[in-house]
Amino acid sequence: MLPCRHMVHWLCIRAPQLPLEIFARGGNKEQPLAVSDEGRRASVLLCNEAAQGRGICPGMPVAAARALIRDLIIQPRDHKAEQAALHSLAAWAYQFSSQVSLYPPCALLLEVQGSLTLFGGRVALLKKLRTGLAELGYQVQFAGAPTPLAALSLARCQCEQMVEEQHQLAAALAPLPISVLDWEQTLLDRMDGMGVRRLGDVLRLPRDGLARRLGQQSLLYLDRMLGRQPDPQNLYRPPTQFKHRLQLPAEVEHAQVLLFALRRLVLELCGWLQGLGAGVQTFDITLRHRQGRYTSLCIGMHKESRDAEQFTILLRERLERLALQESVIAVELCAERIVKLEAQSLDLFGKTDVRGEVDLLDRLRARLGDQAVKGISAVAEHRPEYACCYSEPGHSQKDSSGRQRPLWLLPVPRQLKTRSGRPQLQGELKLQPGCERVESGWWDEQDVARDYFVAINPSGSCYWIYRELTGERHWYLQGIFE
Amino acid sequence: MTLDTLLQRTDVWRGGRLPAAVKAVPSGFTELDELLGGGWPQGALTEIIMSRQGIGALRLLIPALARLSQGDRWICWVAPPHIPYAPALVNAGVDLSRILLVHPGAQQDGLWAVEQSLRSGNCAAVLAWPALDDKAILRRLQLAAEAGDALGVLFRPRHFVQRPSASALRIQLAPGINGGLSVSILKRRGGWAAGPVHLGPVNTMKAAATPALSSC
Repeated sequence: MLPCRHMVHWLCIRAPQLPLEIFARGGNKEQPLAVSDEGRRASVLLCNEAAQGRGICPGMPVAAARALIRDLIIQPRDHKAEQAALHSLAAWAYQFSSQVSLYPPCALLLEVQGSLTLFGGRVALLKKLRTGLAELGYQVQFAGAPTPLAALSLARCQCEQMVEEQHQLAAALAPLPISVLDWEQTLLDRMDGMGVRRLGDVLRLPRDGLARRLGQQSLLYLDRMLGRQPDPQNLYRPPTQFKHRLQLPAEVEHAQVLLFALRRLVLELCGWLQGLGAGVQTFDITLRHRQGRYTSLCIGMHKESRDAEQFTILLRERLERLALQESVIAVELCAERIVKLEAQSLDLFGKTDVRGEVDLLDRLRARLGDQAVKGISAVAEHRPEYACCYSEPGHSQKDSSGRQRPLWLLPVPRQLKTRSGRPQLQGELKLQPGCERVESGWWDEQDVARDYFVAINPSGSCYWIYRELTGERHWYLQGIFE
Repeated sequence: MTLDTLLQRTDVWRGGRLPAAVKAVPSGFTELDELLGGGWPQGALTEIIMSRQGIGALRLLIPALARLSQGDRWICWVAPPHIPYAPALVNAGVDLSRILLVHPGAQQDGLWAVEQSLRSGNCAAVLAWPALDDKAILRRLQLAAEAGDALGVLFRPRHFVQRPSASALRIQLAPGINGGLSVSILKRRGGWAAGPVHLGPVNTMKAAATPALSSC
């Protein structure tokens, strides 16, 4: 037996409503919703408050529940989705502790001793966890103890108890029913037959008798629970890519309604990124329709981030512009390329880039499309229409010949009418002294040969025009001196 | 009580002086700055009403834009009527890397983009050419410009001149003598209608280094 005084403190997070919440978290609370178990005569396993308020209760046959509430949504229990949800919870919880282990079907264990100072003490940490999980759509129970199994057992009996010291463990565990143990049902039944109903009863039995009756494995279990034996954990490692799915309880026809469900995935994404000390520059949304059809959206930012508020605002802009062709049954969020992003660098971007604030470029692009937002460059090029081109905002070339140029350029030169050979634009254009000859471009077959003039019309407007030196020798308007 | 002591009183308001809170961006034209009480009002909406295109409305603004482009905020152009010609902007001293062009599809998106840009705090200046005629929207844009500390400039055709407006500054442009520009102030927060001042013609105003100015 190890003479150890465990300073390691384990926190168990248990989501007993998980089978229901994996559906409920995607929709609104007013919609009556129930999850049914499998079996020949299916019955209600769990139901939300809206359903309970209208007379549904767990254990009720599905047929009866349907008869009671016509618009009740009943989803068959989905073990696979529950498991996936537990993994996403672990990925999110990883930001609070690097030691997370999964206890299916609905519990996580976190080693929190190391995190307590970081998150400002136990009360603050629990509050942070509880609000965070509520935002994700989960109601949870906590229990803390010096050993993982003790924390798990306390959480299973739904008492939100925190046991600080190892020597307090036996007393704290004594009142718990033996059903909290991960033991085989036959063993539990046998103990029940012996009149052993509570953990206290088990712990009172002599050790060698216990070993004989329950087997060495069960004895080891108890020793680990009480901290007499080390209990190495199978630690969870977060994945390097993020792909989470949220099943909607009912089909959704309006894009804006999806924001509620997508926001929960965004929070999961940001929690995962926080745990990895990383950020993303893009993430993809897939809206699943019936029969395998889907709609994809890509949300991009000019700078990597893990700010949930920023992501949500960009998503909202995008969804407002989206006209759904079909109703949506599930949403997915996927992020593949992550970049290291330390917490401190988030604050060093300067005052115009505070967390929760969305960069203007990202916001404009989310709503108007990438192509609608540009920068411009001045390029060393004789042909005026090629001397200016669009570029990525913030990354401009600045080559200019220094010659006089108009502030406006027409996208396509406009041919001018002439009268007695003189160009007209709302009256006769008066050419200013000085002509600039541009001959260039023979190498790419876009060659030009033009004489450029500054010209003023009778009302005083000033234009940049040219005359072709070849062919018909037409006059064209190319720029406006504003 | 002497006039001097009277003027020291905090409850005495003197016309023609901008409230201390309003920052001004020097326009680059001395006489215009005098008329404007220091320059273009930062954190406010300015309307430039012009009789027609090609009159020189943009060049009036270019020296201020060149100055603002030296900072780290955007100069945002929402739905410009033509392509802002990069070589000319370089010649005028505008740092192109601060230029942001936004081409929204619909007019509603345009107004949205103007408001977002003004409000964001990421823009030193926002230029737009809206065809709207809605007092409430102008009011919103004025508030957005205040919130984002941006120089908001709306270029508007002449028929808006009689409409009520919440902009902090409204100026009207007309063709001046010899291809020059005549600038009148229709409305100014903390000041009176004034002008016009005459700015010289285009050719002499290259890069707006030393603009020829004459007042009348």
